Amino acid sequence: MTDIAPRLGLRGITKRFPGVLANDNVSFEVKPGEIHALLGENGAGKSTLVKMIYGIMQPDAGEMLWNGERVTIASPKAARKLGIGMVFQHFSLFEALTVLENIALGMDANIPQRELEGRIRAVMTQYGLKLEPHRTVSTLSVGERQRIEIVRALLLNPKLLIMDEPTSVLTPQEVEQLFVVLRQLAKEGCSILYISHKLHEIKALCDTATILRAGRLVDTCDPKVETSRSMAEKMIGGNLKTIQKPAGREFGAEKFVVTQLSLPGAGPFGVALHDISFRVRAGEIFGIAGVAGNGQNALQLALSGEQTTSDAQAIRVDGEGVAKLDAKARRLKGIATVPEERNGHAAVPDFTLSDNSVLTGRDRLKLAISGILRPGAAKKYTSEVISSFAVKATGTEATAGSLSGGNLQKYIMGREILQRPDVLIVNQPTWGVDAGAAAAIHQALVDLAAEGSALVVISQDLDELLELCDTLAVINGGRLSRAMQVSGVDINEVGLLMGGIHGGSAPVESAAPGAIGVGATSAA
Amino acid sequence: MLYATPVGAVIVTMIVGALVFSLITPPPQGFSLPPANPPPVDLSTILTSIGSHLWFGLQAVYQVFIAPLVTSYKWGDIAVKASPLILIGVGLAVGNRAAIWNIGAEGQYVVGALAGTGIGLLTQKMTGVWILPSMLVAGLIGGAVWGAIPAALKNWFNVNETLSSLMLTYVAIHLMNHLVTGPWKDPTGFSFPQTPLVTADQTLPILVPGTYVHLGIVITLVIAVIVWFLMSRSLFGFQVRVVGAAPSAARHGGFSQKATVWMVFLLSGALAGLAGIFEVTGPFGQMSLGFPQNYGFTAIIVAFLGRLNPLGVILAGIVLAITYVGGDMAQSVLQLPNASKGIFQAMLLFFLLASDILIRYRVRVVSSAPAPMPNAAVARSPAE
Repeated sequence: MTDIAPRLGLRGITKRFPGVLANDNVSFEVKPGEIHALLGENGAGKSTLVKMIYGIMQPDAGEMLWNGERVTIASPKAARKLGIGMVFQHFSLFEALTVLENIALGMDANIPQRELEGRIRAVMTQYGLKLEPHRTVSTLSVGERQRIEIVRALLLNPKLLIMDEPTSVLTPQEVEQLFVVLRQLAKEGCSILYISHKLHEIKALCDTATILRAGRLVDTCDPKVETSRSMAEKMIGGNLKTIQKPAGREFGAEKFVVTQLSLPGAGPFGVALHDISFRVRAGEIFGIAGVAGNGQNALQLALSGEQTTSDAQAIRVDGEGVAKLDAKARRLKGIATVPEERNGHAAVPDFTLSDNSVLTGRDRLKLAISGILRPGAAKKYTSEVISSFAVKATGTEATAGSLSGGNLQKYIMGREILQRPDVLIVNQPTWGVDAGAAAAIHQALVDLAAEGSALVVISQDLDELLELCDTLAVINGGRLSRAMQVSGVDINEVGLLMGGIHGGSAPVESAAPGAIGVGATSAA
Repeated sequence: MLYATPVGAVIVTMIVGALVFSLITPPPQGFSLPPANPPPVDLSTILTSIGSHLWFGLQAVYQVFIAPLVTSYKWGDIAVKASPLILIGVGLAVGNRAAIWNIGAEGQYVVGALAGTGIGLLTQKMTGVWILPSMLVAGLIGGAVWGAIPAALKNWFNVNETLSSLMLTYVAIHLMNHLVTGPWKDPTGFSFPQTPLVTADQTLPILVPGTYVHLGIVITLVIAVIVWFLMSRSLFGFQVRVVGAAPSAARHGGFSQKATVWMVFLLSGALAGLAGIFEVTGPFGQMSLGFPQNYGFTAIIVAFLGRLNPLGVILAGIVLAITYVGGDMAQSVLQLPNASKGIFQAMLLFFLLASDILIRYRVRVVSSAPAPMPNAAVARSPAE
């Protein structure tokens, strides 16, 4: 094997930003047809490194080899010319355009639309990726948007595919499908540089793992030999905390009850909610699993009060109907929420963290009294959030948009949790957050529940729900299945419920548990 | 950068303005230096000609931008012109912060003036200190009512406020034309299309004798400071900023978009209406066909030049007022057309908006015909 030149070789790559050494003398190789994991916490320098490989940035020192030859990758276009494709964690899509138009814009060559559509459909069938080319991106869920990026990259027949956190929004079945695709690609000789925080996935998929910490290469190892824990500890450079969740906890009275909540879908492609019913007791963590785009966002908006319903009793807190109240009034009743999208929904990117604290905390924390803001109080609360949740930011006056995804998520979670809400509803609490930070967020959620709050966790990461929740239900096509005890849950059944409609290859019988689930919820 | 662009835009406007006015051929009277006949074409003649043209361009810029500042008896005029620009500009700055586009301040200005004048006509024969305040309040209400129409249309029927507010301006002007040429025409005014002059009890006190500097100017400055406080330190300002910066986040935070539309239109309409009645009870003394002075439109430039910050709007209002006063001076000194000040004002907005865009985005020359857009993040420079 040694006589074959590596597909990509990095030698002593160094990149400096003002005040930060993002990459310090990083060297490793990716062989042809190899699936190579790149691991590290947020801020470890993974993104910077792949940006240099993809030509978005230039290294300050070091050299890159492509098939054994020294290359300078001046731009993403040059990278694509070499055969490097990339699927970004943050999608670069124009929301007002269709899937097809977005892909056409990303192509270097000018291909007639009809031919391009044919090629897109071919790639989608070949790799089992479901997408409607003529839908407008703004109506698509995060998971569907990601598929556009994957198709876009695959259309270029890459020799090296960089994937930044590709599975964070997929179901177990979809992840398996993606892995089939990636293994197929690798067998065809395409190398894959795979960035992920999900260590068991890396164990299942990757041949080699390179671990970065604080910009330095810590280790290159074989993930099949390592344990998830040993890799995580190399990543964070210390011992990984496991969630301290007392076994056999007792729950209090019913705190948050949703009864036959139905809402029409927003927009032509919005998901309607049908007769959603569930109840969460004090101290209980209730998980809602499901594939992206099955009504999670609609449900989150309905629960937070950003979307109100005509039947006040559809949502009750401590017996009091709140479904007619808006988000502000519901917060005063003790309901705090964290939506999926951080930038522009949970937080205003152009605002400082202090101002973002005012956004949701102004009433409960008295950050505004009789209409006048109290910047000092907002600052104090924000620095409390920053220190308790180890948010990496330049201070309370840093803009939310300047934080990395994981750090912003820690800030947002901290902002809501420290308000000590009676009911906390979170959508995708740890999307794109590294293992260390995710553990911290999970622990904070468990602690909040232990204090008697009722928690609803909506997530597409089933492992997260199984680890975190006491009770679990599955949302599919805007309907919620019956609630199941996590301790006695059948993973296969959950997987089938999740795949109900979207699985495609799933057998017809898979619809049956969904139907039973809907029937059962009305009794709940 | 945020505060450098307005200054830069003013400087670029002066430079380009000088070039544009150099190109006027022939230069108006008194500047045609080359002898008429016979024209001996030699280098020195051409140079002289070019020189005189450039000199004329510089003169034009000097008259419009500098002369009003160095002519102390014009300062009062600047203050009088700046007052309505600032008052309207402050209201528009609030709206633009919320990304709610009120283009119809001119109409709200006219209707505010009409409402106040209506009270004035009813109280022509009366005396008392209450008369002027009630006219001012009527001006506030009139402007707010006219601003409420596009707000209602937007909230109830999803009508684009930019169009509805602009169109309502022309409705307002026709309403005014009808009133001053018909029912409200001064019976003792020799049939001129104008309302009777305001009485002593209907007139804003003059603060500096010998000028038109009136009480309204002080009220304007106080209002600008109050709005600045509201925008930076109150929950109302916070709401306006969130709705403008991230509508979804505003909903998440429990701020109503519709309520914001109402508040913003009522506020900017009321301030424009107040500016209108200040003009009636101050410098104009009556309403006439020539009453609309485009302050409502120029105030859009003022709001942007002032970076949508009420204190910045004060400075920007003064700059634009200088172009008004200087434009008038250039008319008499250089025989420049009245449109020349409009050219300067338009260039100012153009260069301001252009430099804002160029600071955020980098222009790249792209070789191939199809637009390669690998991802938006690449094209967007991190200069901000």
